[in-house]
Amino acid sequence: MAAAAWIPRRIAAPGAGMLTAVKCLVFAACLLPLADLLWAAWRDDLGANPIEAITRGLGTWTLNFLLITLSVTPLRKLSGLDWLVRLRRMLGLYAFFYASLHLLTYLWLDQFFDWAAIVKDIAKRPFVTAGFLAWLMLVPLAATSTQAMMRRLGGRRWQRLHRSVYAIGVVAVLHYWWLVKKDVTLPFTYALILGALLAWRAVRRQDRGGRANAALVRTPGVAMAKSGAE
Amino acid sequence: MPRYTPPSHAASEITPRALFDSRRAFIRSAGLGSIALAAGALGLGRAASALAAQKFGALERSPFSTDEKQTPYKDVTNYNNFYEFGTDKREPAQSAQSLRLRPWTVTLDGLVARPRTLDIDSILRLAPLEERIYRMRCVEGWSMVVPWLGIPLAALLKQVEPLGSARYVEFQSLHDPAQMPATRLRVLDWPYTEGLRLDEAMHPLTIMALGLYGEELPRQNGAPLRLVVPWKYGYKGAKSIVRIRFVEREPATSWMRAGPSEYGFYSNVNPGVDHPRWSQATERRLGEFLKRKTLMFNGYAEQVGQLYAGMDLRRNF
Ligand code: HEM
Repeated sequence: MAAAAWIPRRIAAPGAGMLTAVKCLVFAACLLPLADLLWAAWRDDLGANPIEAITRGLGTWTLNFLLITLSVTPLRKLSGLDWLVRLRRMLGLYAFFYASLHLLTYLWLDQFFDWAAIVKDIAKRPFVTAGFLAWLMLVPLAATSTQAMMRRLGGRRWQRLHRSVYAIGVVAVLHYWWLVKKDVTLPFTYALILGALLAWRAVRRQDRGGRANAALVRTPGVAMAKSGAE
Repeated sequence: MPRYTPPSHAASEITPRALFDSRRAFIRSAGLGSIALAAGALGLGRAASALAAQKFGALERSPFSTDEKQTPYKDVTNYNNFYEFGTDKREPAQSAQSLRLRPWTVTLDGLVARPRTLDIDSILRLAPLEERIYRMRCVEGWSMVVPWLGIPLAALLKQVEPLGSARYVEFQSLHDPAQMPATRLRVLDWPYTEGLRLDEAMHPLTIMALGLYGEELPRQNGAPLRLVVPWKYGYKGAKSIVRIRFVEREPATSWMRAGPSEYGFYSNVNPGVDHPRWSQATERRLGEFLKRKTLMFNGYAEQVGQLYAGMDLRRNF
């Protein structure tokens, strides 16, 4: 798909050097939320309950990175900037990075490795169960994020596996929804954004399906074979 | 009046200082220096109290007070659940500052012989102010130690001569959307409503707080007067009260209406009955790193246990 007409060529099709620079910049930018938390901790500016503030800050950014990762493909299709996809793996891995720090904060600062309490907590409190499930589901995606793993799995299987990121998004929003006491404004906002991203994808799929069917109908034999198969 | 005896904590419930320090040292030296720094920010080294101006003069020490380390003034006044001013606990410290505190009246009515509307300044003169240093345990799993100033609630309630038919007391907080813009979001059923059984309300531990740390109550803590019931979860302590009603039937509180399966009428601190969202077995005392065990009735079992003799506290949560 060609880039939109109003986008300058240099941005539509950056050279290799430019792309590397962009990647470095994004890499550094993704560390800013963590730096901000550490800076606040250093200045003793995390409020009366620093452990809660750290847990929440890291949780919020895990969810942000998940949704940013999910926005890459829509943004790419809408803008025609195909190179955006080259940032997707890094963003996804950052989601996993923040999720793991968030989990570590919980295990270490919050529960102080009290494994009995942790197991009970994960089993008993629905919001913790959901959070843990979301993190677990991220593990295989992070583990298969390398080129080598992609080749080993084969494009199709790899893609099918990585589609679970949408389910992870749903479980993560549930985790947030269930943990707030009463004011669901923020979880609701995240749910809306996730819903829009899912809807965009569903509509495109249908479109593509429709176009493919139309193409098939033009070759009657195939259309019959297809309907027979269904 | 039952004499106060300090709750006896099992030694295991108090983290030995040495263990605590060694854990801190461990965290400092661990590879993840970043998170260690955060733990360092817990403020354990901070001075115990930022004692504000002693506006109320010298006060007698109450036998009901605990001698546990008090939560710093800064934390007591910057970590507040006061949803009329926003659902983020750091918000009320700013957003509540516009609350007008005078004129302020409290109406006491319902099943009483002499219904009255009292001015806040006359309430302040009703009985000698006492200092009460109480533990406060929030349902969310954190706790504080707050040096309140106040009068026994009983002193206020006796002003109107409750009738024999009055069995419960309902408390209503101010609901003024002009001063409390956050109430436009119907997060809870406004006005904020709480309730106590009459014997709980008359119990000597129950106070109407009018100040803390020796000064007038800050707005974010529920000025000009709020309820403090130290053996119950913090949300029972209705803030900025304008009406007290004596009733025959158990009143439906705002939180009961919001989540009947999560919040009961009694809301006694009980480590044995978990909330679906938070384990109630342990709590984090603000300023401490390790969680501590939560005590039955928040450590006030000797004083209030008999109020619930024979009741199934699992059902009456
Ligand atoms: C993909 C994985 C996850 C995402 C996207 C996520 C997201 C979030 C978000 C958005 C918050 C709320 C932040 C706020 O209130 O401002 C949060 C809080 C929290 N999460 Fe997660 N989370 C994840 C995994 C986990 C895991 C694995 C655990 C532990 C097993 C966990 C435990 C918690 C806890 C304890 C809180 C704090 C609740 C409180 O302070 O009341 N989360 N998380």
